[in-house]
Amino acid sequence: MDRLVFLLGTGLARGAVLALFALALVLIWRGARVVNFAQGAMAVVSTYVAFEVTSLTGSYWLGLLAALLAGGLLGFAVERGVMRFASPASPLSGVILAIGLVMVLQSALGILFGPDYRPMRVPFDDSAIVVGGVPLLSPYDLFVLVVAVVVMGALAVLFRWTSLGLQMRAAAFAPEVSRLLGVRVSRTVTVGWVLSSVVGSLAALLLVPTSLGLNPHATDSLFVLGFTVAVVGGLDSPVGALVGGVVVGVAMSLVTGYLGAGLVPIAVLVLLVLVLLLRPAGLFAAAEARRA
Amino acid sequence: MTGRQRLPGQRPLARTLVLAAGWTVVALGGTFALDPFRNYQLALVAAYLCATAGLTVLVGATGQLSLGHAALMAVGGYGFALTTNALPFGGLAAFVLALLAGALAAAVVGLLLGLAAARLSGPYLAGLTLAVVVALPAVASTWSTVLHGDQGVQIPFEGVPDALRRVVALEQWQAMVAVVVTAAVVTGLTLLRGGRFGLKMLAVRDDEVAARLSGIPAGRVKVLAFTASSVAAGVGGAVLCFVAQAVSPGAYTVGFSLLLVVAVVIGGLGSILGAALGSVVVVLLPWLIGRLTASLPADAAQRLDGNLAVLVFGLLLITVMAVAPHGLHGAIDAARRRRRPTPDVPPPAAEPAPRKVLVPTEEQR
Repeated sequence: MDRLVFLLGTGLARGAVLALFALALVLIWRGARVVNFAQGAMAVVSTYVAFEVTSLTGSYWLGLLAALLAGGLLGFAVERGVMRFASPASPLSGVILAIGLVMVLQSALGILFGPDYRPMRVPFDDSAIVVGGVPLLSPYDLFVLVVAVVVMGALAVLFRWTSLGLQMRAAAFAPEVSRLLGVRVSRTVTVGWVLSSVVGSLAALLLVPTSLGLNPHATDSLFVLGFTVAVVGGLDSPVGALVGGVVVGVAMSLVTGYLGAGLVPIAVLVLLVLVLLLRPAGLFAAAEARRA
Repeated sequence: MTGRQRLPGQRPLARTLVLAAGWTVVALGGTFALDPFRNYQLALVAAYLCATAGLTVLVGATGQLSLGHAALMAVGGYGFALTTNALPFGGLAAFVLALLAGALAAAVVGLLLGLAAARLSGPYLAGLTLAVVVALPAVASTWSTVLHGDQGVQIPFEGVPDALRRVVALEQWQAMVAVVVTAAVVTGLTLLRGGRFGLKMLAVRDDEVAARLSGIPAGRVKVLAFTASSVAAGVGGAVLCFVAQAVSPGAYTVGFSLLLVVAVVIGGLGSILGAALGSVVVVLLPWLIGRLTASLPADAAQRLDGNLAVLVFGLLLITVMAVAPHGLHGAIDAARRRRRPTPDVPPPAAEPAPRKVLVPTEEQR
């Protein structure tokens, strides 16, 4: 029983990270109709920035800040420098450009830093908080949960109650009409990429310390999990990303705890196939319009 | 226009077969001119071509992208290896049976994946197939009693048949087998694309609603297209297993899967000739780069090893997609048109569009 509670708690924290990463995917999908396959590689670049700054200055927080800035810059550069060339008439060209970007970023990191796993440390105690005799969460898991909730709340406020958020939603929904009404669509798309890259970087920054360590391929499985979350929740739905993240996070934590960590990739695959077979548009998508 | 109207890339059956036979004879003859290492590389190109031809037909004719063809190759390879080890006899019959088993295994897996992803447009199949490649090592170690985990499955060494032993060396024999098998696969794919099923695939790609209204079962067409593409990849994996005499998950990584995509894109999406050119580039470029970096100090060489080739491929992929989305094949076509602008051929603008390979999104319909 204690074990189950602990696994649920850990799963919740992992799920929060996955939800953040999926949210970053959803942000770009809604804004530009591209699934950003380079999200993981971009996030791992930011994480290397954090690692370097932290080992130079000795401060975890400075590293975090620098990585978020780097994530934003990278999002800007990628959108303006690479993704602008995606043909609007095809979803594939965006995917292929993103794959090229993955190859460039990961191999460049491999050349610069080598293939070794570098452990990342966080200024938190890693023993679990015990509530009423039951070990629940580590303080770091709690920190992750709080950060994730705050960021999601901030994004909700941005999209719901600010002028910029309204413009971004309008530009994603009806770019032509928005342009006629004076929304600078190209700028809102760029803002979407910057935001998404920052959020994705944050997810990787929170996750990597709990995994094997930092490596150019450290976020490959994060990307697959995040994509699964986005599909489970529906690529169009931020709420879906949140719920999907918690569902997938808890499910993977239970699989790790009871069946072994080696089975996680297979469990992800099974989940993805089941969702695509039974509920292809995601659990939270609006009813699909009849097309024929 | 006289006779039956054909779409670009379609040609009569007899001409396809003659062309296929011609190319096969040229390739087989070529193996005599190559040294053993070149023949080994030719066998690799042939094995890759099975997978890239399948992939390019999938992308070109249905607009779906698979990032998991490496995993399907692995499925074919495991099917081949396990069948070879299970059969009590060797020789040609065992080879053909094992090849069929590998193709069948890939077909089953491809059918399952296709069923899961066929109802969707856009990037779902790409994500799903990526998850398959990522899960491959876990699959191999979970069922390690059969698949032998990271080590993979070895098959017994089988040399050149006695009748040919005096004439051809081992590498040349392997290259010849690979060329013949690949020729069969590529011919099959060409016929599939050029026939009625090809028209159905194009109809579904260009306008799914219109296709369904015309009585084409769009979902079934997409599933079958993906299955056919998987079979091609599976045969490629079987050939690779025949050449390497082993199959292991370490050979079929995400990186390798992306390399297949690179080959297809730089060759020109949808073009089988492009897939062949792309496969050659994908085999030769890392080897060339390896030779260049071999003279560097050990530390730098170790870091550049592998990574530099991936960096170049990534840059190539981005450049080709941004500047020349029709790839090498498109460049060759353009050059040929410029050289002899024949009056009875309509100018490019009047052709039924410069082969629209990529489908519109839901929004743009």
